[in-house]
Amino acid sequence: MIRERLQMAAPSRALPVPTPETQHFWDGTQSGELRLQRCDDCSNVYFPPRPFCPSCASRKVSVFKASGKGKLYSYVINHRPAAPGFTPPYAIAVVELDEGPRMMSNILDCPQTPEALVLDMKLEVAFEKVSDKITLSQFRPAKG
Amino acid sequence: MRRNQVAVVGAAETTKLGVIPDMSQIQLHADAALNALADAGLKLSDIDGIATAVETPQQLAHYLGITPTWVDGTSVGGCSFMLHVRHAAAAIEAGLCKTVLITHAESGKSMIGKLPRSIPADSLQGQFEAPFGVYGPPSMFPIPVLRYMRTYGITHEQIAMVSVVQREWAAKNPRAMMKDPITVEDVLNSRMIAYPFRILQCCLVTDGGGALILTSADRAKDFPQKPVYILGTGESVETPMVSQMETFNSSRAFKVAGPTAFREAGIAHKDVDHLMIYDAFAHLPLFGLGDLGFMPHEETGKFIADRKTAIGGKLPMNTNGGGLSYMHSGMYGMYALQESVRQMRGIAPAQVPGAKISVCHGVGGMFAASGTIIFTNER
Repeated sequence: MIRERLQMAAPSRALPVPTPETQHFWDGTQSGELRLQRCDDCSNVYFPPRPFCPSCASRKVSVFKASGKGKLYSYVINHRPAAPGFTPPYAIAVVELDEGPRMMSNILDCPQTPEALVLDMKLEVAFEKVSDKITLSQFRPAKG
Repeated sequence: MRRNQVAVVGAAETTKLGVIPDMSQIQLHADAALNALADAGLKLSDIDGIATAVETPQQLAHYLGITPTWVDGTSVGGCSFMLHVRHAAAAIEAGLCKTVLITHAESGKSMIGKLPRSIPADSLQGQFEAPFGVYGPPSMFPIPVLRYMRTYGITHEQIAMVSVVQREWAAKNPRAMMKDPITVEDVLNSRMIAYPFRILQCCLVTDGGGALILTSADRAKDFPQKPVYILGTGESVETPMVSQMETFNSSRAFKVAGPTAFREAGIAHKDVDHLMIYDAFAHLPLFGLGDLGFMPHEETGKFIADRKTAIGGKLPMNTNGGGLSYMHSGMYGMYALQESVRQMRGIAPAQVPGAKISVCHGVGGMFAASGTIIFTNER
């Protein structure tokens, strides 16, 4: 079966492969920074990375270090089928950053239960090294 | 687009639906196409336009032996066929072709002759969603649900009623995959897939297909079946990444496609006799009812829980049982269109008496795309 062959071919976690437009983001996570982009013309902050502003089309954009703070916008707790490299149940969340953009994340250092995962709870970025080349930006409940 | 200039004159599903281990995916396309041709009383040589998704138009043309002068390979997920209908209607009106065949089929369960879908690791989805454990639609499509429920005060019990009501419709459809009655408790105690959704809130995985044949309304009266006219159409796309939707309180693609179709049709919501909202997962009918403007989002859960979309309700919805109970081979939009056509012909197993206007609304990907077709049986 095709499906089984695919699963055998990809037993470990899916890892990102950066492109020229996203390299700065992945360089940032390697060095412990969550990097976003801001338009120099209209001040729009956006994600995922692009070398132009998706709001006003300006090519004058800057990369900056984000606060790493955000809140839990929504999530599922995935039970099955589980992605390769994951042990269910695990939450797949969308975090709303204080700067505005949202990004997908897991929620580390937290029980993966509806009781513990409360919408709008404060989160902070955590960096999870998953290979020599790749560190993922993840989030965990904010301290204090 | 002008109203009622193009009609559906042929419509059919594959001979079998459900588990079809003795047929490849492209043969399922052919099976549906040949059934639709027979329904319309046409020969393959009468077809001069083709549209399909996942399988390419060139594969379809070669396999069926068709030489088209117009092709559409728009492939934006399960609502691709709504977009095909819209594009075909425009092409027929513009004189680019006369008779269009639209096919869908997927060997979704048996996986025979079906290419696997994969996400490249250097795509934006591959970089910014795949590493976080998303694995197929059940892990992605329900991600907005908890936010939607919080914003509008929708309860788990209300959403569970989507599955309950649609199972009641399915019970009246001999070809539906799941017909046994279920309760809210059954839904909320069924196997957890991706909290908050359980197995009875996720679509089926089956084999099958369907095909439509469209031609100009002026020619339609000469065909054996009662013509079903295209009254209004709409389409849009938003993002392939569910995490990047503008908001989880609404679908932008729905909010463009649906109202565009209503404006084109020149109808009000109270004129709608029959409604199909593609239900890959149980929250989609709620998003659809709100985003198409039938009611504020705050009221969608109560509306369904109060049985307003059930048999005898004021707005019969998903009358074949939907993707949750009828069938879902991967791109269910075609089956929603088939049910709208059956209702407009007056031959649906769970026929809505006297229905004259049917709204058929589809989703593609995880709220990535949308298409809406409004049909009528009166010109």
